Amino acid sequence: MSDLHLNIKVWRQNQKNDSGHFETYKVTANEHMSFLEMLDVLNEQLVREKKDPVAFEHDCREGICGTCSMVINGQPHGPLAATTTCQLHMRFFKEGETIVVEPFRASAFPVLKDLVVDRSSFDRIIQSGGFISVNTGQAPDGNAIPIEKDKAGKSFEAAACIGCGACVAACPNGSAMLFTSAKVTHLGLLPQGKVEEEKRVQAMVAQMDKEGFGMCSNIGACEAECPKEIKLENIAYLNRAYLKSVFSGE
Amino acid sequence: MQWLVQFFSSGIGKKVLMSLTGLFLILFLIVHLIGNLQLLKDDGGQAFNLYADFMVHNPLIKTISYGLYFFILLHAVLGLLIAAYNRKLKGQKYAVSNSQKTTWASKNMALLGILILAFIFLHMGDFWFKMKFTDQLNLQTYDGVTVKDLYARVSIAYQELWIVVAYLVGLFALGFHLWHGFQSAFQTLGLNHKKYTPTIKGLGKIYSLVIPLAYAIIPIYHYFFMK
Amino acid sequence: MLDSKIPSGHISEKWTKYKSEIPLVAPNNKRKLEIIVVGTGLAGAAAAASLGELGYHVKCFTFHDSPRRAHSIAAQGGINAAKNYSNDGDSIYRLFYDTIKGGDYRAREGNVHRLAEASVDIIDQCVAQGVPFAREYGGLLENRSFGGVQVSRTFYARGQTGQQLLIGAYQALSRQIGLGTVQMYNRHEMIELVLVDGKARGIVTRNLLTGAIESHSAHAVVLATGGYGNVFYLSTNAMTCNVTAAWRSVRKGALMANPCFTQIHPTCIPVSGEYQSKLTLMSESLRNDGRVWVPKKKEDAIAIQQGKLKGVNIKEEDRDYFLERRYPAFGNLVPRDVASRAAKVECDKGHGVSPTGLAVFLDFSAAIERYGKTEANKQGLHNLSKEQIIELGEKVVSAKYGNLFEMYDKITGENPYKEPMKIYPAVHYTMGGLWVDYNLETNIPGLFALGECNFSDHGANRLGASALMQGLADGYFVIPYTIGTFLSKEISTPKFDPKGPAFVEAEKAAKDRIQTLLNIKGNQTAESFHRRLGKIMWDYCGMARNEEGLKKGRQMIRDLKAEFYKDLFVPGNADEFNPELEKALRVADFMEHGELMMVDALERNESCGGHFREESVTEEGEAKRNDESFSYVAAWEWDDNEPKLHKEDLVFEYIKLVTRSYK
Repeated sequence: MSDLHLNIKVWRQNQKNDSGHFETYKVTANEHMSFLEMLDVLNEQLVREKKDPVAFEHDCREGICGTCSMVINGQPHGPLAATTTCQLHMRFFKEGETIVVEPFRASAFPVLKDLVVDRSSFDRIIQSGGFISVNTGQAPDGNAIPIEKDKAGKSFEAAACIGCGACVAACPNGSAMLFTSAKVTHLGLLPQGKVEEEKRVQAMVAQMDKEGFGMCSNIGACEAECPKEIKLENIAYLNRAYLKSVFSGE
Repeated sequence: MQWLVQFFSSGIGKKVLMSLTGLFLILFLIVHLIGNLQLLKDDGGQAFNLYADFMVHNPLIKTISYGLYFFILLHAVLGLLIAAYNRKLKGQKYAVSNSQKTTWASKNMALLGILILAFIFLHMGDFWFKMKFTDQLNLQTYDGVTVKDLYARVSIAYQELWIVVAYLVGLFALGFHLWHGFQSAFQTLGLNHKKYTPTIKGLGKIYSLVIPLAYAIIPIYHYFFMK
Repeated sequence: MLDSKIPSGHISEKWTKYKSEIPLVAPNNKRKLEIIVVGTGLAGAAAAASLGELGYHVKCFTFHDSPRRAHSIAAQGGINAAKNYSNDGDSIYRLFYDTIKGGDYRAREGNVHRLAEASVDIIDQCVAQGVPFAREYGGLLENRSFGGVQVSRTFYARGQTGQQLLIGAYQALSRQIGLGTVQMYNRHEMIELVLVDGKARGIVTRNLLTGAIESHSAHAVVLATGGYGNVFYLSTNAMTCNVTAAWRSVRKGALMANPCFTQIHPTCIPVSGEYQSKLTLMSESLRNDGRVWVPKKKEDAIAIQQGKLKGVNIKEEDRDYFLERRYPAFGNLVPRDVASRAAKVECDKGHGVSPTGLAVFLDFSAAIERYGKTEANKQGLHNLSKEQIIELGEKVVSAKYGNLFEMYDKITGENPYKEPMKIYPAVHYTMGGLWVDYNLETNIPGLFALGECNFSDHGANRLGASALMQGLADGYFVIPYTIGTFLSKEISTPKFDPKGPAFVEAEKAAKDRIQTLLNIKGNQTAESFHRRLGKIMWDYCGMARNEEGLKKGRQMIRDLKAEFYKDLFVPGNADEFNPELEKALRVADFMEHGELMMVDALERNESCGGHFREESVTEEGEAKRNDESFSYVAAWEWDDNEPKLHKEDLVFEYIKLVTRSYK
């Protein structure tokens, strides 16, 4: 087990409307640690020095809850493809390296403190229509409607989105198209969800615009940084579904 | 009609407008190129001048050309507005940026667009404006038909090194703009398919190489070989 | 004696009959009634959504930034349902039987049968919500088998079933939030329960962003706040999982049942160092295709521990597939408690395979080859080389477990397709929880507990793919009915004023507690106390327990608690975003809960399910249950000096108690 001596240059911002600045700390980490465990070490150190620890969000630490959110050396969730920050291990960094850690940036994700941002806009997009309108107890038998295996698989791949917001963070336009399209695709590919697709897509797109997310210019940074490898095809699906809802819907 | 207004005020609606106008301009580039290739004919400009005269006077072409001007302006103005809007919404920039996985062109469409727009002003001011609104051009008569000698103006312009360089810069920007724009237009319209998208992307790359290159041949050829 | 309120009648009719007799609340009255739901995991989100759909006014709380982050999301393997789609003889009775047996006969028959009945509806509901379960080529739902049973009844969505089910429930909840029937409070942590005239009428929360202490009132309070596995510090639970909501209720008089029943999951990635903050589970479904083994020869094991040999270098005849050897009938699919203890036994003998000696192999090479051959036949390919067959097999395995293999690779840096995985048991789930009756109501009227937060359905050991089932059953199909037993009597009760005296008092208690912690101004962090508490729990109340250790452990916790209140350091203030303060409040409650676990484990001098007392074993060293003395639920009333035991006798009318055997 070899130790790494790192300089962690991290964004410090006390409150929502503060201007914020970078501070650099020296941390000795171990190559088997996850990135968040390295931050734990930094925070223990800060608390012991009676200083304010770095606020960052995290929870499951197994790459599925979507809570961890930071930009590491210019990349949301760091340098590894298809990996959340909590599953990024320190063996991917070099001895003596300076690592720059910033919060997700987008005006629809205001910084609350240090590396913590407010992503409730995502919830509101889902609340506007990212569901199937079925009450508990109304469901027919699970096998009543067969669904093509490949379609169910594609639907699953879109549904694998963890709502972390890396797509928005990576997008130079601050667009939430990948997130929104993943939900529209997940539900739209299933016969159960097809029924109210037009209503859904109209409502979700309107909410997305209202929340202050930018427009998609198909750069593809979202796809490149998505820890769950959600595909750009979903955005095309959303565009298609939206056009259809506008021009053929009543 | 409220639904249409609503559509165009949505983010996706605006992008669809960008996509449709972009695709129209892509088509225009081919038509324009075919006409302009006549500048390479060694006939003292007869074919080109007759073609230019036809383009200016044919009522159908005239109508289409107004559409074209409108689309160019719409594409440019809307594009710049979108870029400014997105920039504002993105807010604070990252201290470190690392995005090797995306193309440079895709992130600089507005910059490229401004270059192209500047080029269009230069280009149209020099030829189209002079042809249409001034009497600065000499007259030429072919088989009893008298037309303005745009060819002569073009030949003279292409002897100027700075103009040739400006054209090359403009076309270079156009190539990059198309490199991203061609396939992006299809994606925005939702035209993405496992079978066809690779072809569209391939076509886009060929197009963004071949078309600007073909345009570039004209000033280069004039500069070097038609003194 | 506690009254479980199990309805009369034949086991298969109890729930149906009861449901049609539960007093109803008319729609116009539902609008007047408020319900607080704490927690937005499977149970909480499902309950909040369903109660909202019914027309109640629901206030829902989570300490996360979004209801979608609850730890149900991390469940990998699947969800059981007695659909019998596989035509392998499954039935509601069999699921009921398996669950009771799997729980080592320490769960209530009535509850478990109801759970088995609801399982069927859950799948239908989830499919209708758009949960993309795995499907066959014919478009119908696919099943797989899971530990502890002999039928294929587990529905799954690759290795992310919990995520998909939670997103389904989250979407249903979001829909109700959009419709205004549910009012959602994100980043609010419950830190006190409020009783008015002995009934649960509200909670006090801390706004985690601003630190504001706020009161919320309602006619009833539903807790769906998960389990307390993090009392061990290292567990597969998420970092913020805690016992506080439940423990605050215990401190207000709720009973904590069977707290010592914790599940140690056999397939987790082994601990690699001191700094480790959590353990990662590898889904149990891997045991369907993976074979568990250690080297037969101790010298081979030592060579592997020192990094001189690798698993692949050990010859077939030198491998000890100890689960297949000891339990031929179930082999690698024995229940979790059995598999975990077997691994511990091998490691204690010195046959462990990681640098720490605390790991066994989980090997997929046989499955890869088997699948490769099947796939080759399916595609009509003959005369393939071994490499080609393995390539085909790896594809099949990747389709089944791809994301788990990737996860393993990411964490350990080893490729599990080429080298056997290394796994070791880790704390995963807690069967114990708040004592509830058949209505899921605690002994405090108006306080309900759902999902992992209650104790009711899994006895002393939970079967794989049953936690998701229970969470959703409680939330979708039980509480919407049973809450009527309480609320039907409350229709003329006016709304409660959250500024009333009981609330003011509770707020003050909460603020005092916070101030106490902030004022200690010692030298140690909450995290370091938590780590030490976890070590005590693991050492003395872990996979094997004995009287001496439990007594010692209890004392150690008491000492630690005293030190905590003397030397804790919490930076920052009360009225700001302060994760260290959050941690300190949770650790304080874990200390008392941990002590109660020791007390419970000591009192239960038998081995059953996840609770293994070294004093109670058969001659072969297997766990020995003692039905005569311990066939009851131990429900504890907290007392700072000596907790008081209340017993609920378990009555088995339909299942004969036998020694659990997986041989």
